[in-house]
Amino acid sequence: MSSSTRNSVNSDTMTSHSQGAPLLELRNLSTHYVSAAGTRVVRAVEDVSLTLHARETLGIVGESGSGKSTLALTMLRVLPPAAQIVSGQMLFEGEDLVQKSEEDMRKVRGKRIAMILQDPMASLNPLFTIGDQVGEPLREHEGASRKTAWEKAIQLLKSVRIPSSETRVTQYPHEMSGGMRQRIVGAIAISCEPRLLIADEPTTSLDLTIQAQYLNLLRDLQQEHGLGLIFITHNLGIVAKMCNLLAVMYAGKVVESGPVSRVFNTPAHPYTEALLSSIPRMTEQRQRLTAIDGQPPDLSNLPRGCAFAARCPRVFARCMVEEPPIFTPSPGQTARCWLAAPNTAHASSPQVSVGAL
Amino acid sequence: MPVLEADGVSKHFQTRRGIFGASRGVVRAVDDISFSVDEGQTLGVVGESGCGKTTTAKLVLGLEEPSGGSIRFQGKDLVGLDTVERRHYRKSVQAVFQDPYASLNPRMRVRDIISEPLVTNENLPATTVRDRVLEMLDLVGLPARSADLFPHEFSGGQRQRIAIARALSLSPRLIVLDEPVSALDVSIRAQILNLLTDLQDRLGVSYLFIAHDLAAVAHMSHTIIVMYLGKIVESGEARALARTPKHPYTEALFSASLPSHPDEKREEIILPGEVPSPLNPPSGCYFHPRCPHAMPRCGQEAPVLRDVEGRRVACHLFDGPGSM
Repeated sequence: MSSSTRNSVNSDTMTSHSQGAPLLELRNLSTHYVSAAGTRVVRAVEDVSLTLHARETLGIVGESGSGKSTLALTMLRVLPPAAQIVSGQMLFEGEDLVQKSEEDMRKVRGKRIAMILQDPMASLNPLFTIGDQVGEPLREHEGASRKTAWEKAIQLLKSVRIPSSETRVTQYPHEMSGGMRQRIVGAIAISCEPRLLIADEPTTSLDLTIQAQYLNLLRDLQQEHGLGLIFITHNLGIVAKMCNLLAVMYAGKVVESGPVSRVFNTPAHPYTEALLSSIPRMTEQRQRLTAIDGQPPDLSNLPRGCAFAARCPRVFARCMVEEPPIFTPSPGQTARCWLAAPNTAHASSPQVSVGAL
Repeated sequence: MPVLEADGVSKHFQTRRGIFGASRGVVRAVDDISFSVDEGQTLGVVGESGCGKTTTAKLVLGLEEPSGGSIRFQGKDLVGLDTVERRHYRKSVQAVFQDPYASLNPRMRVRDIISEPLVTNENLPATTVRDRVLEMLDLVGLPARSADLFPHEFSGGQRQRIAIARALSLSPRLIVLDEPVSALDVSIRAQILNLLTDLQDRLGVSYLFIAHDLAAVAHMSHTIIVMYLGKIVESGEARALARTPKHPYTEALFSASLPSHPDEKREEIILPGEVPSPLNPPSGCYFHPRCPHAMPRCGQEAPVLRDVEGRRVACHLFDGPGSM
C-alpha cells in the first residue's frame, strides 16, 4: 500500500470501477462533537449514507450548521479533537477509511483523496514558493526528487492554465491574484492524480467571471482524470451547473438525495422545495420569494420527530412525534419525510395548505 | 423626480510607489459616471472587484468627495450644502452593510443601536425615542422584547433586520444596500429580500443595491448599471438588461452567473484573463483585451455611452452602421 503509483492500489478494485462499483460509499456515517465534560453532544453528521462513482459529481448543499463541512472533514479524517466518528463506514475503493490507522490515512490524503478549501490564501503557505508547494505532495507521496517535483510543478501549473508557468513557480502566493491562487490549490490537489476530489465552497471568494473559469477548469480536470468530484456548497446554482447528484443536508442529516435534475424538478422534501423556490430568478422580477420562516434547530438539542417540522409548511401531527426514516419516492431519489412514504393517504389534507408553489 | 443624481462623477486616488513615493500613479476608481435613483425605486449596481461599486457607494454616502462631476440630492448639489442641509442629507441617506456581525456594536443593546441615530440627530423626548424603537422593530418583523437584548443573541438574518431597523430610524429617502444578503444563509436571504421589497412598498424609500449575486440584483432592481474598471459599460431597465445584455461584458457576466435550474441551458462565455489593474488600465476600451468581439479600433479609442434601444451602452459594436 505504501508504494508509489496509483496502479499498485489493488487492481481488482480498479477494474471493477469501470463496471460500476462505487468509488466512495458512505454507510450510516455519524460524527458527533462531544464537549469536554461529555454532557453536550452535537450530532453534526448523523446517519449519512451516500454513494459516488468515478466521473460523477455530487453536490452536498446545506446551510451553516447543517453538518456539510463536518462531513467533508470526516471523509478525510481531519476532524478536530472534540469530534468523533461514532458509527458507520466509509468505503473508498472498497476499503473502509474509518478503520484505517492514522499512518495509513496519511497515504490517502492528498494522494487518493484531495481537497480544495474555500480560501486559497489560507491553504497556501506564504513563506514557500509556488513550485515548492505544488511539488510537495509528489515528494511526500511519490518520493520524487526536488528537481523532478519542480519540473512536474511547471507542468501542473500549465494544466491549470497559469500562463508563463516557468516564472510563476519561483514566485510566492502574495504575487498572485485570488483566481490564480485558487488554481494553484487546484494544481496541488491533482498533483498525485487523486481518484476523488472534495471541493469545499471552492469559488465563494472569486469574482463571477473568474468563478466561471474555475468551474470550467474543474470540469475539464475531472474529465481528463476521471475523478469523482464532491462539491460542498450552500449555492444551489453551483449544483445546477456542475453536479449530476445532489444531497441536501439539514440538521446533520441528508434529508433528500438523488439525481440533480429529478430533485430540482420534483423535490420530495419540503425543505428542498422551499430552498429551490427561495432563490431569486433572473427573469422574474420583484415577485415575492418563498422564504423559509424561522431558524435551523440547535444540533445539541434536537426536537422530537422531524428536525424541520417547526419550519415546515406541510407539517402534520406525525412529524412532531416520530422521525421519518429514509423513503424512496422514485428510483435513485431518497427523502426523509413522511410525505414521501409510499402510503401518504394521511398526508393529503395538509398538502392543500401549501403556499410554496 | 430623482432622489439622487450623479452627473459625470469621478473619484481618483493618488498612489505612491517605491520607497520614497517617487513614482506616482492615479487610480481612477470611478471615472465619469452618471446615474439617477428615482423616488421609491431601486438602482442595482453590478460588477466585479475593482469595478468601483464600493467607491460609488462611498460617494453617495458622502464618505468620499468626488474629484470631478456633481452629485445632487433632491436637486441640490452636495458640494454647496450648508451645515443644516448637510445634516439633512446625512439623515436622508443611510446604509446597510454586508456583515451584520461586524456592523453592530456587540456592547450595545438593540434598543440603543436602533435609537443612536435618533439621539444624535434629533432632539426627541425619551418616550418618543422608545416608541420609535418599538415601531422600527415591528416594521422589520422583530418582537418588542428584542430591544433589551444584545446582538450576539440574534442569528445573522435577525441581525440584518436590526441593521435595517437602524437605517430606517431616521426615515431616510435613500438606503445604500452594500451586499445586504451575501453573508446570510440561502433560506434567510429570501426573508430579507422580501422585507426590503415590503419596506420599499410601504415607505417609498429608494435603494442603491450593490451585490455580486446578479439574480438578486435583477430581482430587486428597477434599473441596473454594469461597471467595469470604474466606468459604466451598460445601463438600462433591469429585466430587459438581464434578458438581453448588449455589451459583451454584460453578456459574459450574466452568462457566468450560476443557473437557477439544471435544465436552464445558456450560452457559456468564458472570458480569458482577469480584470486588469486599475493602476494601469488598457488603452481604448478597458474591456478589449478580454472581449470576444474586440476590433482593432477598440484598442485605440474608448467608446462612449450612447442610447441603444432604450439602453445605454458603451461599445463600438453599437456605434451604428457607418462606423463599423
